[in-house]
Amino acid sequence: MPRLLRHVLAVLVPVIAVLAALPAVYSNHLLLFNFVVFMGLAQGVNVIYGFTGYLPFGYVGFFGTGAYGFSLMVMHLHAPPLAALAVAGAAAMMLGLLLTPLFRLSGAYFSIANLAAALAVLQVVSNPALEPITGGPYGVSLSGVYAPDFAYATALAILAATLLLVIYLRNSRFGLALQAIREDAISAAMAGIDVVRARIIAWLLSALIAGLMGGVFAWYVSVFYADTAFQGEFTIFAIVFALFGGTATVLGPILGVVILYGIYNTIGITAPQYFQLIYGCLIMGLVLFLPNGLTSLLRRRGIDVP
Amino acid sequence: MLSSPLATEIVNGLFFSLVGGLIYGLYFSLIGLGLNLIFGVMRIVNLAHGDFLMLGAFAAYFAFEFLSASPIVSALFVFALFALLAFPLYYALVPRLLTARDPEMLSIILFFGLSQVIQALATISFGTSEHSIPGRALAVGPMAILGQSFPKTWVISAGVSAVAVVGIYLYLYRTRIGYLTRAVMVHREEAVSTGIDVHRVSAIAFGIGLGLAAVAGVFAPFMLNVITPAMGVDVTITSFTVIVIGSLGNPLGTVLGGILYGVSYMVMQRYLSSWANLLPYLVLIAVLLVRPSGLLGRQVRRA
Repeated sequence: MPRLLRHVLAVLVPVIAVLAALPAVYSNHLLLFNFVVFMGLAQGVNVIYGFTGYLPFGYVGFFGTGAYGFSLMVMHLHAPPLAALAVAGAAAMMLGLLLTPLFRLSGAYFSIANLAAALAVLQVVSNPALEPITGGPYGVSLSGVYAPDFAYATALAILAATLLLVIYLRNSRFGLALQAIREDAISAAMAGIDVVRARIIAWLLSALIAGLMGGVFAWYVSVFYADTAFQGEFTIFAIVFALFGGTATVLGPILGVVILYGIYNTIGITAPQYFQLIYGCLIMGLVLFLPNGLTSLLRRRGIDVP
Repeated sequence: MLSSPLATEIVNGLFFSLVGGLIYGLYFSLIGLGLNLIFGVMRIVNLAHGDFLMLGAFAAYFAFEFLSASPIVSALFVFALFALLAFPLYYALVPRLLTARDPEMLSIILFFGLSQVIQALATISFGTSEHSIPGRALAVGPMAILGQSFPKTWVISAGVSAVAVVGIYLYLYRTRIGYLTRAVMVHREEAVSTGIDVHRVSAIAFGIGLGLAAVAGVFAPFMLNVITPAMGVDVTITSFTVIVIGSLGNPLGTVLGGILYGVSYMVMQRYLSSWANLLPYLVLIAVLLVRPSGLLGRQVRRA
């Protein structure tokens, strides 16, 4: 059996099946939805950071752009949700395309500029001067299309497509090319890889994932403020989840979301400061002692992790 | 034209914004200075910079509340305190971090974790409410500069910032340890191979960086109005804007960045206030794209 198919059967099918079955037995549907969103975002970060080495510190910009792309279509054009979702993805990719010049920067410069870009989009969207269009700081309300079950199913479909993409990257020449660029861009170019093109494709795919997740988030919660859709936690959580499990793998980010987001929901709500403390210590310990994530423990022993 | 009241008003307003921007700019330089020194020497991004500033601000607040200490005295005290505390922190975190595959990227995440820890501890100890130090703790009344009137607290904060900048200049260019520090900044590996104790030099720079952040914090209640345990994030972003405009890794470029930022911020505040908050981000992106190494930077861009 080819590895690609094996990974689909070993990871994608069980994850989606479990998440599809859970709403019937577990009543907190919002929590399950958040798990799906974070799995998508963590994989989105994985695509760009894990495979190309660019840390997108303003990743939430795509998520928020998707949420607002969806909302504007619904509010002003009364578009059906799935059409609005397509616009959400397209809007995030447009923003990604707009930000491609940032790839001229390297390392921390890229991350900081990306963060600034996300904050700039937030400042525009939440500006009181644009209240008639975006709702400004007062947020948006989409009660007309509210359909949580349909939205949850759509989010699952997006997650399935995302996992399929990451499995493809993990098992294809293109994914290998991206990792070669991450390790040494000049050598990769010498080996005949079109560095600029490969990076931009990974970047746009990553933006698309966040945009779609943002759109479906807007659909599911249907009432939100600009600050909610653009909150830095989305970026940070997604990055930490992906790193905790291990980037450039399919399983790593999933493990990260299940474990860390699970901990967050057990203690984070009742005692946020103590959670923040534990979380901060966990992040520091992770970077210092396990910089390649949980899955690296298995890989070090020669076990092939999907 | 100039005799008409409106034109006089505009010219006056512009003049006020320019001088005020200069004063604020000096303070913004102080905010960015420590962050830039640390990045320049260690090539790591101290995302907890704003949180150290917050701790300095709270130290000054408690010193004033319980001991009626003048902020000037507090500034000297917190500088020494934070510089000393920085040493164990440096040796606990940085040498291990530098052995990783991509220390620059990982440092962002590591110091984000540290920032979370500091924020959590501060929230647990100080609560979430806003605090401030009354202006009279530092000075009373306005002061006239070039025909414009500014609060004395602003002028004193700017003066302290100027002293700090001069101090950094003397440290870097007039002392032996500063000479070694610049060697590490230019080329770390070569510095190692010439026998410089890179970790000692870096630890000192780290200490001075954190000390400066804390000093900037002492004056934060006067320049940024209120202090809360969660203020660090915004301060960190502002610091980045300032040092990227100047030049990442060149501490003295920070002054140019700070002043440009301060002046443009004041002008925007006055004439386009609803969009003023957008300014730092747009300036940051624009400068990064046009001159990634900053206005005063050498060409250091890679691949």
